Amino acid sequence: MNRLLLSFVFLLAAVPSASYAHKVWLLPSQTVFSGPEPWLTVDAAVSNDLFYFNHFPLRLDNLVITAPDGTEAEAQNQSTGKYRSVFDLPLTQRGTYRVAVVNDGAFASWEENGERRRWRGSADAIASEVPADADNLRITESFGRVETFVTNGAPSQEALQPVGKGIELIPVTHPNDLYAGETATFRFLVNGQPQKDMEIVVIQGGTRYRNSQEELNVTTNEEGEFQITWAEPGMHWIETSHQDDETKIENASGRRMSYAGTFEVLPQ
Amino acid sequence: MLNRIALMLGITLLGVCQATAEDWQATVEIPRLNVSEYHRPYVAIWIQDENRKCVANLAVWYQLTKSGEGEGTKWLPDLRQWWRRSGRSLQMPVDGVSSATRPAGKHELMFNDANQRFSKLPAGKYSLMVEASREVGGREVLELPFEWPSKTTQKLKAAGKEELGEITFVIPPTK
Repeated sequence: MNRLLLSFVFLLAAVPSASYAHKVWLLPSQTVFSGPEPWLTVDAAVSNDLFYFNHFPLRLDNLVITAPDGTEAEAQNQSTGKYRSVFDLPLTQRGTYRVAVVNDGAFASWEENGERRRWRGSADAIASEVPADADNLRITESFGRVETFVTNGAPSQEALQPVGKGIELIPVTHPNDLYAGETATFRFLVNGQPQKDMEIVVIQGGTRYRNSQEELNVTTNEEGEFQITWAEPGMHWIETSHQDDETKIENASGRRMSYAGTFEVLPQ
Repeated sequence: MLNRIALMLGITLLGVCQATAEDWQATVEIPRLNVSEYHRPYVAIWIQDENRKCVANLAVWYQLTKSGEGEGTKWLPDLRQWWRRSGRSLQMPVDGVSSATRPAGKHELMFNDANQRFSKLPAGKYSLMVEASREVGGREVLELPFEWPSKTTQKLKAAGKEELGEITFVIPPTK
């Protein structure tokens, strides 16, 4: 029982976006742009509150930006400070950009001389860094996506096509067409397939100035869809996670996936 | 050469005189605001149908000159309603629609109802929309409902509280 509890705690600690305390996020300066080459600037952090820099910076090693034409765009002026990472992006194309930090890796735990060892890294490094015959070895694949969407001019769909791995939010309502008082519909895919019964948490930013988180809990239906009626304008954070056994990593017991997205809701 | 110019001028004047009877006459008042940092507002005027779909753009006033951050298209999304209904899918400037921002005061506008942008509208209920947004200021939207085709002269009127003053539209009977 103790070990089960311990591994559960470890699981939460190892995947920050799935933890109930730490929130992982990208915060775009704004999501609706116009002009020949407007610039987006983004903050990236892990924190308890939304959207305040008070815990860890989010590393940008796995930043993946998909331009409106489907090609990969490159961030500029990347920097990581004590509490946050930042980067800029000139929006040279018209349409919607998908900005994401995609972490693809694994974590492992085992016992060595009576002590518990923990490791996390890329799947390729397991063979060389984790002893295959260790006691109570437990390997779990992890796949996390932290993202946001921004649009220059009219919203477009090309950058929103699913890549088919991990958890992905697929728009029914375009993520840059969200307005207070209206209802948005999104679909969650797990490995490219609609997933029912996913538990989703929606929290509006500015938690520091509220006594409670005021989180909204919704669940996906048979088609993997869920709806949110936006009560107020502002930046909102959507989080969910999922576990399955579909892992290609040898000796791994399963896979844990997480998703966290930031969405701007505008006033009417 | 001179003759030709004179002729053209004559035709132009004649055109203006002839048009008045069928023109939509409008006044849009931009209030004089006593604020420390004043910028002229961006203003959009359009017609939308009952589903709030933009069916015709009448005017967009924005900063046309270059500044440190390029031309003023950067701030067009601040006209939130107009941007969503129409602006974001346009390539600015738009001939006959976009022009420079205007100072405080009453501005008279004329829209010839032979203009195909609205002369071909199907019969139904529409609204004239006027939206203003000002840098380091506020934003205001006014809606003036009307019916098309126009059986009698329709006089529309609305008054803003912050960023817009009195707005009037006179829509003559449709021929």
